[in-house]
Amino acid sequence: MTVRLYDQPGVYLILAAFLLAAGIYGLIRRRTLIGMLISGELIFSAAALNFMALNRFMAPDPTVGQIFVLFIMGLAAAEVAITLSIIIAVYRNYRSIHSKELSELKG
Amino acid sequence: MIPGSDYLATGLFGLIIATTVAGALLAVLSTRIIRSVCGLALCCIGLAGLYYFLNSPFLALMEILIYVGAVCVTIVFGVMLTETDEPAPQEKQSREFLWGGVALLVSGAIFWGVARLGLQGPWPAAVSPATDGSVPAIGGALLTTYSLPFELISLVLLVAILGALAIARAGRGRE
Repeated sequence: MTVRLYDQPGVYLILAAFLLAAGIYGLIRRRTLIGMLISGELIFSAAALNFMALNRFMAPDPTVGQIFVLFIMGLAAAEVAITLSIIIAVYRNYRSIHSKELSELKG
Repeated sequence: MIPGSDYLATGLFGLIIATTVAGALLAVLSTRIIRSVCGLALCCIGLAGLYYFLNSPFLALMEILIYVGAVCVTIVFGVMLTETDEPAPQEKQSREFLWGGVALLVSGAIFWGVARLGLQGPWPAAVSPATDGSVPAIGGALLTTYSLPFELISLVLLVAILGALAIARAGRGRE
């Protein structure tokens, strides 16, 4: 009997850690707001995958993790809508969304 | 049980993992923003496959519907309206390498730590599930135990839509 790779929780946990690391790398390295938004989405996905893996293999009730991941998706959709409207407003004022040029405060 | 179906499932699983990893790398490393969005879509398709392997076809469908269908398309709208790409680095080459090294170090350390925690952590032993986690069970739980968060998330979405409209409309006509 071979070891079923897709029945091991470690595979999913390592993949979630990779997604988290890729998202953080992107957050540090990206120089535009949209690129940072995409990296943030990767971090959301890492959290959701972690929830699903632990839900499948260790939780006593497998509906709880699925419902939590549904809520994460809803929050991610709301976050993208708000962030894109902020990006468009910033672009209208500055003609640029490069994070280096957004260095002006008005108070 | 068909003989060899294990190998088929394992091969499919490897393909899905490769899709997810390639999508994440493309989303983070490419300089054109539109390719980065395509990488995010690819990563989400791979994640949908992973959810399918985790006994949740409902969430796999939701992942494709929400992420690929809504989030990526909305980001493409943002790219169209702001028409921008990752700028060429203006700093000196050495500084650029320094920051790349710092970012790689930080993310590598986080990957190592989290993966080690995940592999070694004292997880509780697997228990026999109380429900089967099917779509009727999810629907029942959403309408009974989790009805308050369910209503609250609809309120959050409504406020997000109104806020997005208000922010994006402000300043129009002043140009």
